[in-house]
Amino acid sequence: MSTIFGVPAPALYGQILIGLINGSFYAMLSLGLAVIFGLLRVINFAHGAQYMLGAFAAYLILNYAGIGYWPALILAPLIVGAIAVVIERFMLSRLYGIDPLYGLLLTFGLALILEGAFRYWFGAAGQPYAAPSQLTGAVNLGFMFMPIYRGWVVIASLVVCLGTWLLIEKTQLGAYLRAATENATLVQAFGVNVPLLLTLTYGLGAALAAFAGVLAAPIYQVSPLMGSNLIIIVFAVVVVGGMGSILGAIVTGYMLGVLEGLTKVFYPEASSIVIFVIMAIVLLVRPAGLFGQEE
Amino acid sequence: MSSAPLLEVRGLNAWYGESHVLHGVDLDIHEGETVTLLGRNGAGKTTTLRSIMGILRRREGVIRLRGEDLLRLPLHKVAQAGIGYVPEERGIFASLNVSENLMLPPTVSEGGMSVEEIYTLFPNLYERRSSQGTKLSGGEQQMLAIARVLRTGAKIILLDEPTEGLAPVIVQRIGDVLVALKKRGMTILLVEQNFRFAKKVADRFYLMEDGRMVNSFPGHELDARMDELHEVLGV
Repeated sequence: MSTIFGVPAPALYGQILIGLINGSFYAMLSLGLAVIFGLLRVINFAHGAQYMLGAFAAYLILNYAGIGYWPALILAPLIVGAIAVVIERFMLSRLYGIDPLYGLLLTFGLALILEGAFRYWFGAAGQPYAAPSQLTGAVNLGFMFMPIYRGWVVIASLVVCLGTWLLIEKTQLGAYLRAATENATLVQAFGVNVPLLLTLTYGLGAALAAFAGVLAAPIYQVSPLMGSNLIIIVFAVVVVGGMGSILGAIVTGYMLGVLEGLTKVFYPEASSIVIFVIMAIVLLVRPAGLFGQEE
Repeated sequence: MSSAPLLEVRGLNAWYGESHVLHGVDLDIHEGETVTLLGRNGAGKTTTLRSIMGILRRREGVIRLRGEDLLRLPLHKVAQAGIGYVPEERGIFASLNVSENLMLPPTVSEGGMSVEEIYTLFPNLYERRSSQGTKLSGGEQQMLAIARVLRTGAKIILLDEPTEGLAPVIVQRIGDVLVALKKRGMTILLVEQNFRFAKKVADRFYLMEDGRMVNSFPGHELDARMDELHEVLGV
């Protein structure tokens, strides 16, 4: 068996793949957080709960309406996005213009309520959610066997991240979003309905989280606490990438996922803290993050 | 000029927080006119523009555009009523390139300039259309700030100190642009400290002091009133 730096090659590839998959979730979630933070200046602590809601939406429409995985990939983000739109309209929008801490506290409270409610209804244990039959099995890549579903997760997340990036960088809507991130009042004075833009942005961010939740359901099971386990890491990713930086969130998400996987191979004891160590170093050396602009 | 004014401001009061900054401002601008607000720093010129736009929200009085009450409108509806705003700080967006900055304000009515016309009027913007907006020189940023509201079909533009901090040759160039806009029938409300510049384009002047309109006179009287103005403006 071949080895790389004394590590069996299949173990290395396996951990890189796991790192890429974790990185896919970090990237999708931190992307939504970055978009929301950039425009709304809200640190969305409910993001993990929205990810969990996405997974539960898929689980519930399967078990109560018989709607399967593929439609759920579209429907769950729509449902969670709609809930987020209501939250933004009736709660979050009242907190704009005052200390951002209030938005953080509101979304933190919402996350606790949602997670508590789902734990009450479904218990803390995970509910199984089967991958669609088209994506079961594994494929031999020559140097390793890759479960097809995991490959799909990486590809789907890349497509979603790229699509979101294109939406923000290359469309008129994205230009409104970028400009409003810099100076919302002036953009509104030009005639753009900025309050609506804020609502849609929050809905989009939550929908991204829900999409990630559906993708995660067959891998991690559907559990009320799946979001809170992940969200702390995702916040670290956002800080490393630079608050509000779209590209930073995406690149850092994949990068830290892979780095975490590599740490599991070479120094497993550090694997659960490596991201936070990097965060601490980045904060010391470059407080605005790797891709952030100093303000 | 006996017809109803295009923009009519009556008894406008405005507040920044608790501080009362405009005290009963009256202002009329007729279609096709260029009107200039003069006054010292802090006299309330910029505040008047911001109040008309609705950026400053705490206002009382009357602001009507073609008879439509602007005071009730949310901020984004004011531009849609037909006003283009060129702020003092220019407001060029760093995360947008020149072309994206130009295309940013939504069209509010028909009859705006086409992108080709704008690039003909401002050839250096065309050359730098892919540059980041804030990489332009101050003069180019000012031209971009003006250019971007010409596209929208706004019937009146509010220009806040377009010549501030710019070299004489650029000021000249911006003056030419305003004259060209006047010829097209554009209505302009200008805030300006530079007399010689304002004289070239203004049909009428308003003089502001301490948040009040203290005088108004036609453009051709500017020279005769120079002594009076120097006293009020302290220049």
